Parts: sequence; structure tokens; C-alpha cells
Amino acid sequence: MSEEFVFFLYDIATYLLNGITQGSIYALIALGYTMVYGIIKLINFAHGEFYMIGAFIGFYLITSGMPFVPALLIAMIGSGLVAVLIEWIVYRPIRSAGRISALITALGTSLFFQYAGQRVLGADPKAFPQAIKVKTYQIGEIYITNTQIIIFVSTILLMIFLWWLVNKTKIGKAMRATSFDMKAAQLMGINTNQIISFTFFVGAAFAGAAGVLVGLYYNTVEPMMGMIPGLKAFVAAVLGGIGIIPGAVIGGLVLGIAENLVVGLWVSTYRDAIAFAILILILLFKPAGILGENKKEKV
Amino acid sequence: MDYFLYLTQMCGIFMILAMGLNLINGLCGQFSLGHAGFWAVGAYTGAAFSVFTNLPLPGFIILLIACLLGFITAAIAGLIIGIPCLRLRGDYLAIATLGFGEIIRIIFMNMDSVGGPRGFTDIPKLSNLFWVYFFVVLSIIFCANLIRGGYGRAIISIREDEIAAESMGIQTFKYKTLAFCIGAGMAGLAGVLFAHTTQFISPNNFTFMWSVIILLMIILGGLGSISGAIIGAVILTLLPELLRLLGPTVSEWRMVIYSVLLILLMLAKPTGILGKKEITFSFGKKEKA
Repeated sequence: MSEEFVFFLYDIATYLLNGITQGSIYALIALGYTMVYGIIKLINFAHGEFYMIGAFIGFYLITSGMPFVPALLIAMIGSGLVAVLIEWIVYRPIRSAGRISALITALGTSLFFQYAGQRVLGADPKAFPQAIKVKTYQIGEIYITNTQIIIFVSTILLMIFLWWLVNKTKIGKAMRATSFDMKAAQLMGINTNQIISFTFFVGAAFAGAAGVLVGLYYNTVEPMMGMIPGLKAFVAAVLGGIGIIPGAVIGGLVLGIAENLVVGLWVSTYRDAIAFAILILILLFKPAGILGENKKEKV
Repeated sequence: MDYFLYLTQMCGIFMILAMGLNLINGLCGQFSLGHAGFWAVGAYTGAAFSVFTNLPLPGFIILLIACLLGFITAAIAGLIIGIPCLRLRGDYLAIATLGFGEIIRIIFMNMDSVGGPRGFTDIPKLSNLFWVYFFVVLSIIFCANLIRGGYGRAIISIREDEIAAESMGIQTFKYKTLAFCIGAGMAGLAGVLFAHTTQFISPNNFTFMWSVIILLMIILGGLGSISGAIIGAVILTLLPELLRLLGPTVSEWRMVIYSVLLILLMLAKPTGILGKKEITFSFGKKEKA
């Protein structure tokens, strides 16, 4: 092997590593998208804003001196509660009015948080405090930071928790039942409203966690930060098969890795285009996503 | 006064955009979130034509040629995007078009010949109130006649029930593509007028948010109604500006108020202001769209 080729391999490994880090973040946000869509068939465009809210709660807590782990947990609970409140005030009354109205309401909510955030929190990006001292480890020519490891480990822990929650607990069973058939679930005595609130809570808590982790990784937070990651997480959810929980994880990772490879090996200005190009290719050739099954429409 | 004139022209431009999207979304029932992409195609084509060719012709003839070119290129873009995408349905179509809209914007961002991220400057000011409203009236007449004719009936039948329409012998794919192309072409036309009104365009004028705002216009007015689209366009263009007039505090919070009003309206009247009804000038005669 020539020396250049070895360096090329090291480069690829670095991009893969960055891709996995970013992909974990997308996956965390995409989980909430996919769970909410799975239950009430609503594309919750405000989901990216829960991520922003989580990041800001984390920012204020860590600035005031709280250690990282409790700040992360409180940020998760905080953005979860905001989501429950929004679901209760806005989405619940609109649920019966049809899907387009619900979608527009979601977009309105997203706009509200972006602009209110700019007014209340200030439009300028804020420097996220260094909650954990950055250490860089070196393996050959590959560099990996401890923040990357933290992001990756917390993502895996959260996903194991979610898997346990959905598959092994009573409330998880109720969630699956509600997403399978809401009316039947209601007839079986499940309080579907409560389950929907709970789903919003869990989804937004995961997005909030992603927000704090991103703050740690990129060191800045700002009120408009939720928009692009929100859209991309949605792409990730569709990529994996919307409504399918493992699909969101796979979609997030594929998207993160693909983006970083394109940025590294080609041009960085096409970074955002690549996410959408992948989305369109998937939709055209496998519309139900990587893990989804194609359904024929019946009359 | 100049500002007032500018706002009136912007209202007209958004009316054309809203009517185009109304054709795709309101009449044909195909949920598109990429309208700003076609707007961008038209704006850049028209601007490139009038800046680069620099023909020794009177201004309005250049504008008319630019409008024609903008319409055609945006309609072709609609065809290229519509043929693969229109096989998808509902939410999936919405995100595919969203993706294409963003890709178009990013391509313009990377085209150095038209300014790239810095934007396209020095576009001649060829458009004025007359030409904007000339095309508004033309679009209204076109849309109203389309709805009453055979093509329009076929397009509406797809919205009502695609499978039933297909079993009645309507070539649904052909009519969907047709509605999509015309809607995209109208967005292109609006783009040309926009570029020659503001004299400056940049890829950031055509973000996903604008596709959403155009969608809001037609939903606010009543999905599927031409007069609804016009009312929605006027309200959503003027509302942020009116809020600006109500003192400094309101002005600072105007985008927040705007979004709250939007949510409240959706909660109070999810079908929009007019529903599917039309305002017509022949009183006593009920129009059915």
C-alpha cells in the first residue's frame, strides 16, 4: 500500500467518525418525529424547536454551574414538558380537523418558538460552556475526542432505554396499541390522550438531549438552530421508514455518514443538498423507507 | 409612498404564486412544499435573460420575453420533478417536493455566474404595478376558465378521489403532471416579476420557509378557492407590515404575533376563511368549484 492510500483511509475513518457522531444526533431527533408520526400521523414541524429548547435549558443550567449529567436530565424533562403543554393547547384541539390543518398548526408553532426565542433569548449565537474538558485521543492518524464518545454512548444508552420502554413496559404496550389502531385501543380501555401526551414527552425529551449534546459538541446555541437539524431528522425518519423506531436510528446514521463523506471527499457547499437527494432517491425507489414494507392501496 | 407601491406589487406577486400553488394543492390535491424552488427558477431565468442578453428593445418587451422564459423553464422544472414525484402520495409527495425545492436553492447557491450566495444584483427595474396586475388578472381568468373546462373537472376529480377518477377513465397521471407544470410555471412567472421588482435576488429569498408561507396563504384563504388564494396572499403579505405600524413594541414582536394569529385561526376555522367557496360578481348564482 502506498503512503497516500493509507492517509486516504485515515481520512475516510475520520469522516466516518464525524458522520457517526452527527448521525447519532439526527437519530435522537428523528426518534421523536417517528414516534409522533406513528401515533397521530402528524409531521410535527415544531419538533426541531424542542431540540432548541433542550439546548437552551442545558445552556442556562451549565452556565449557572450545574454538572453535565443532571443538566442533561433536567433539559430532557424540561423540553418534554414544553412538548406536552404544546400538545395539550394546540395539537389536541386540531387533531380532528384534518391533516393539513394540523400540519399548518405545527408550522405555526415552529415559527412561534423560533421568533419568540429570538425575542426572549436574543438572536445572537451564545457560547456553550465547556461542561467537560475536551480530551483528544489518537489512534494511528485518527483523532477522537471525548465529547464524541460521550455523544455516542449517551445516544446508545437512550436508545436502549427507549427500546425497553416501548417493548417491555405496560405504557409501551399501550403506545404500540395506539399507533396500531387508535379507535380499537380506546375501546380496549386505553386512555389514548394520555398515551399521545406521553409520546410527545418522550420524543421531545430525546430531542432535548440531542440539543444539549450538540451544544457540547459545537459549543454554540442559538434560537434558529432547530430548523435545519429538524428537517434533516425528518429526512432521517423517512429514510428509515417513518413510524418505525429502529428505522429512525438507521436513517439518522446513514444520513450523518453520507453527509460527512460528501463534505470530506467532494464539496462542503452541497452538504445540505445531499440529505435531500438521498431522501428523493429513497422515496422513488423504496417509498416506505429502508425498514418499511410497501403497502398496496385498497379501495 | 414608494414603500406602499412596493407592497402592492408584492401582493400581486404573491397572488400569482398562491394561485399557482392552489392549482397544485387546492384543486388537484397534490401536497407540494417546494413552490419556492420554482419561484427561484423563474426569478433566476428572467433575471439572467434581462441582465446577460441586454437586448436593444423597449423595457416592457424584454420583461414579457423574460416572463415567457421564466414560465417555460419553471414549467419544465415542474415536469422534471413532477414525473418521478407525482407517483408518491400525501406526506411523501410533500417531503419529496420540499427536498427538490431545497436542492434547487442550493444549486443556485453554488452557481457563481448568477452571484452564488452573494445574490444576483443589478437587475433592471422593468416590472411595475401595471405589469404585475396585468399578469394577476391573466392568471385569474386562466384559472377560473380552467376550473370550468374539462381539464379542470378532471383535475378536481383527482382531488376528490384518485382511484374513482382513474376508474372513470381519467388519466390521473397526465392531469396531475399538467396541474403541477402549470402551477410551477405560474410560480416562475411570479419569480420573473419579483426579480424585476426588487432588482436583487439571492438564494436566501427562496428558502423552505417561503414555500410554507405560500402554502399558508392558500390554506388561510380556503384551499381550492381562487378568491381565497388572493385574499390569503393579501393578508399574509400585509399582516407583518401592518403589525410594524402599531408601535415599536408590537413591531419587535410582530413575527411572534403573526405565528400566534396563525395558530388561533387554524384552531378557530381549520378550513380557511372562504372554505371552498368563491366570491363571484354574478350575485344570486352559486358557483360550485
